[in-house]
This record gives sequence, C-alpha cells and structure tokens, in this order.
Amino acid sequence: MEALLPVIAGSIFAAGVYLLLKKGLITTIIGIMLISNSVNLALFSLGRVTRENPPLVANGELIPATPFANPLPQALILTAIVIGFGLLAFVLALAYRSYKELGTVDQDTLLKDPEDTSKAIVNVTNDNRGKINR
Amino acid sequence: MNGLLILPIALPLLTATLALIFRNYSSIQRWIGVAGMVAILMSVAALFRDVYVDGIQVLQLGNWEAPFGITLVGDMLSMLMLGISAIMGLIIAVYSIYDIDKEREQFGYYPLLHILLMGVNGSFLTGDIFNMYVWFEVLLVASFILLALGNSKNQLQGALKYVIINLFSSLIFLFGVAMLYSITGSLNMADLALRLPEVENVGLVTTVAMIFLIAFGIKAAIFPLFFWLPASYHTPPVAISAIFGGLLTKVGVYALIRTFTLLFTQDVGYTHTILLWIAGFTMVTGVLGAASHYEFRKILSFHIVSQIGYMIMGLAFNTKLGLMGAIFYVLHNILAKSNLFLISGIAQRLTGTFELKQMGGLYKHYPFLAVLFLISAFALAGFPPLSGFWAKLSLVKAGLSIEAYVITAVAILVGLLTLFSMTKIWMSAFWGPVPEKGVPDHFGKMPLFGPGNLYIMVLPVMAIAGLIILIGLVAQPLLEVCLIAAEQLLNPSVYIEAVLGAQ
Repeated sequence: MEALLPVIAGSIFAAGVYLLLKKGLITTIIGIMLISNSVNLALFSLGRVTRENPPLVANGELIPATPFANPLPQALILTAIVIGFGLLAFVLALAYRSYKELGTVDQDTLLKDPEDTSKAIVNVTNDNRGKINR
Repeated sequence: MNGLLILPIALPLLTATLALIFRNYSSIQRWIGVAGMVAILMSVAALFRDVYVDGIQVLQLGNWEAPFGITLVGDMLSMLMLGISAIMGLIIAVYSIYDIDKEREQFGYYPLLHILLMGVNGSFLTGDIFNMYVWFEVLLVASFILLALGNSKNQLQGALKYVIINLFSSLIFLFGVAMLYSITGSLNMADLALRLPEVENVGLVTTVAMIFLIAFGIKAAIFPLFFWLPASYHTPPVAISAIFGGLLTKVGVYALIRTFTLLFTQDVGYTHTILLWIAGFTMVTGVLGAASHYEFRKILSFHIVSQIGYMIMGLAFNTKLGLMGAIFYVLHNILAKSNLFLISGIAQRLTGTFELKQMGGLYKHYPFLAVLFLISAFALAGFPPLSGFWAKLSLVKAGLSIEAYVITAVAILVGLLTLFSMTKIWMSAFWGPVPEKGVPDHFGKMPLFGPGNLYIMVLPVMAIAGLIILIGLVAQPLLEVCLIAAEQLLNPSVYIEAVLGAQ
C-alpha cells in the first residue's frame, strides 16, 4: 500500500499537469483539481500509512490503546480538502462569469492582454462615486 | 505568553463581521473600516513595545504546549511587517472612501479588505508551517475576490491568471509541508529548526527547500515566476492595486526570509547561491519590463518585480547587514510603491486615463501632485535624503563587505534604470503638454483641495510621502530596529527557546 500510493499520486499529478497545459479553461480547472487531489494523497502517504488501533480514548482511559495510528495527517488532509473545495467552487464561478462576459473558454483569446485598461475604471462623476463599467 | 498577539488577527475578523452586518449602509461601513484599521495599528504598537523591551513574544493557542498546538510568535521581523501592514491598511481604508464605488462597497469590499489583512497578519505571526499555509489561503481567497469584484472584463482576465497560478503555488507549498512533516514528524517551525539539522540526508532537505522556494517564489514574483503579476495587478481599482502591490508580494518575501533563515540553513552554499542568481535576474528583468511599457500601473507592476530582487539579494547575502538591508528595503518599498499606485489613481481621476501617451500637463495644473510623485519616485530610485537611499546604501554596503561585487554593481545599475522609468512617467504625464483631445472637462479646474472632495485621496498620499521623508531624515531608529530583527533571524536559538522553552 505504501509503495502504491506515491505511484498513484504521481500519476494523478502528471495527468493534472497535462490538463493544466491545455487550452480550454475548464480542462485547466480540472487539472488544478487533479493536482490538488494528488497532493492530498501525497500528504496522506507521506504521513506514513499504518494499520494500528484508532486513536480514540476509551472510557476511563487517559491515552488511546497503543500502538495507535497517527491522526494528524488526516486532520491536515481534511483541512486541505475543505480549502481546496472552497477554492474550486470560487474558480468555477469565476470561469462561468468570464465565459458570460467574454464569450469564450479558449484561453488564447480569453487571456489576451486587455487593450485599454483605463476604461475599466470610471471617470469622476457628479457625486464622485461612479458605476462599475460593465 | 502574551495574549495581545491574537489581536492583529482577531480585530480584522471582528471588523469584517461588523462591516458585513452594515453592508447596505456605505457610510457606516467606511467608518467601521477606518476605525478597525486604527484599532489594529494600536494593538500592533502595544505589541511592538513588548517585543522591543522583552524580546520575542509567544502565544500558545488553546494552551497546547509547543510543538503540539499552534503557536503565534512575534519577533522583531513580524512586528515590523505587522506595523507596515497596519499603516498601509489604514491608508488604503481612507483612500477607498473616495476610490471605491457604491456597488463594490455593497458587495463586501470592506469585509474583504479586513479578511485580507487578517490573512496577511496571520502569516506574519504564525509559528507553524501548516498554519502558515492556511493563512496564505485566507489572504488568497480574499485577494481573489477583491481582484474580481466588479466583474469588468479586464478584471476577470487578470483574476483568471492570478487565481490559477496562485492555486498552483499553494499546492506546491502544501506538498512542501507534507515533505517536511514526513522528514521530521513536526510542523512547528521552532521544532523543525531543531530537527532539520539532525536529518542525515541533507540533499533531501535541500530539495524541500527548493520546493518552498518555488511556492513562495511564485507569490513573491521572483525571476522566472513573475509573469502573472504585471498581467493582473493593473486591472482592479487603484486602492486594491496599491494594497496588492504593496503588501501581498511582500508576504511571499517574508515567508522566504523566515524559512531560509530559520529552517533551511543546512546547505547555505547551494541554496543561497541560487537565491543570489534569482535576485540578480529579478532586478534586471523587472526593470527592463518596466522600460518597455507606457501604462502607468503596468510600469509600477514591473517595478514591484524589480524591487523584489533587492530584498532577495539581502536575504541571499545571509549576513547581519544584508538581512537588515532586506528588511529595511521591504518597509521602504511598501511605502514608496503603494504611494506611486495611489498617485496613479489621482492622476487617472484627473486625466481620465492610465496611458502615459494620453496624459499631460499635470505639473502645470497640479504642481503639488507633481511634488508628491517626485518624492515617491526618487525614494524608489534611491535618492538621498529619502528612505530608499538608506535601504540601497545598506544593501550595497552589505554586498561590498562580503565582496559580492557583480551583484552589487547590478543593484546600482538597476537603481539607475528605475530612475529612467520614473523619468518617463514624469516627462509625459507631468511635464508633457496637455493632450488635445480626450481630456475630461474637470481637468485643471477641479482643485486637489476643495469642491470635488479629491482631498480624501490626496491626504493618504501626503501621509505616506511624509513618512518617506521622515524615514529618510531620521533613519537611525528604524535601521537599529531592523538590525535587531536581523540579529534575531541569524540567531535562531533565541526564537527556538522562546517557543519551546529552554532546551
């Protein structure tokens, strides 16, 4: 198991990088997602995979029954998964919004340098508080 | 144990929550925003006193003994970074009153600004490497939304680049943390500093160091990894550009300084030589990029990259003088750089554009603004008697004292090229003739102080310009404090003892 996990994590990472380099925005995001999962897996295997007692303290005891498994890597992964999930949701929303505004998911046209950035911000209006230029 | 250490993190959270409650009342939000920043500044001042008098302050969260719980550590470097971030926060909060429109305010600009500051302060204070990853994510999420807030096309384009590259760097960071945990079985930075020298496989530790270099390098925008910065930092409103340009890259620099003085000092000959090369290339490419652009904020964005090189250079020297110079440079640069961004915002309000070719006549109609620009631009280039002079002087001195002549020569040359870009802005925007068409009606008629309320934007700029001059004229106290910070960095045993107790 401990030998298999790094191979799996590495393969997923490679697949993620491949997708990351593709033109479509959605494939890029899936690539990031895969890399995120592979890093989580790596975190899991780097924290040592062991088959021991669950690290739960029984009634009336002060420490769990030894030898017990290390719960910390799983706590770390859980944190990482939650953060990754939130970020993914945000990126998807951003991608959707970009598609709506710019009409494409092809990164070559999508990410072309904005021609005139000055128009993004409004001029001074009467009450000096302009509207966002859509 | 010093309970005050939680305040720079808790206060922004509290302010953000309050601002969120009043999200439909712009004026209340603005005052909450400013008041919150003042409160943070006061708490940092109190903390600074404690650290200055009693040395490194530590708080074990939840009363879990280190290295088992999360530790907050305030050493001199953290204090200086906290101080400058609090000052910048206050300046930006005031500037935003005018700069940020109602729509952005109602979609949570002020709460996000404070969450951003919470993430920044958290990364400066934490003594736990995984916790640092979490704080990085907090500040990243806030910055993502701030960058995209408003949904203009340019912003979305900039935000996409920024978000994807930063997600990738966070994942590399997380992988580095996993490697560290696997090698040492610990995440507490003081504990790591104790255990890493005992690792027999030095090559493995150096590999991890390089992983961290890439992760923090992307965030700090160092040489081969900086392309996202000039592509995104000029898209949001100026107040946001300014706080990003001033603070966010410096969080990456802080993380580099922290890890490469505390954790990765096993193979200095290898790691710090790489840092030195990176520093040189970062300085040169940044300044050349700036020379080739004609958009106010793009020029400034490339200069951010160039200036990062100086800080990395000081870190790469790994001497007391070098680190002191690097820290001083960070502080000075945050002030000068943000101020230039803020001035670009005022110039845009007056001329209606950020394109230098369509600007002109600012010197004739707004001489005071021209003076403010000159102060910041000369500080950036390193003219005496402004803050940048002392920053560059100490770095050059550090370079000469360890006979690193080539990199020192590069640093001085880049200083000259910086002046070239600043002159370019000066020649067209300030001295150039007023363009024949496309000038807004209020140009030349709207005073800086008076009707139109432009003074809300000018006052923060004046405050920073004043600070730059003050640091330039009375540099000694700040240099001494930076020296204390450098001494603490070069002597990690003080840090370790403060966190873990006497060994």
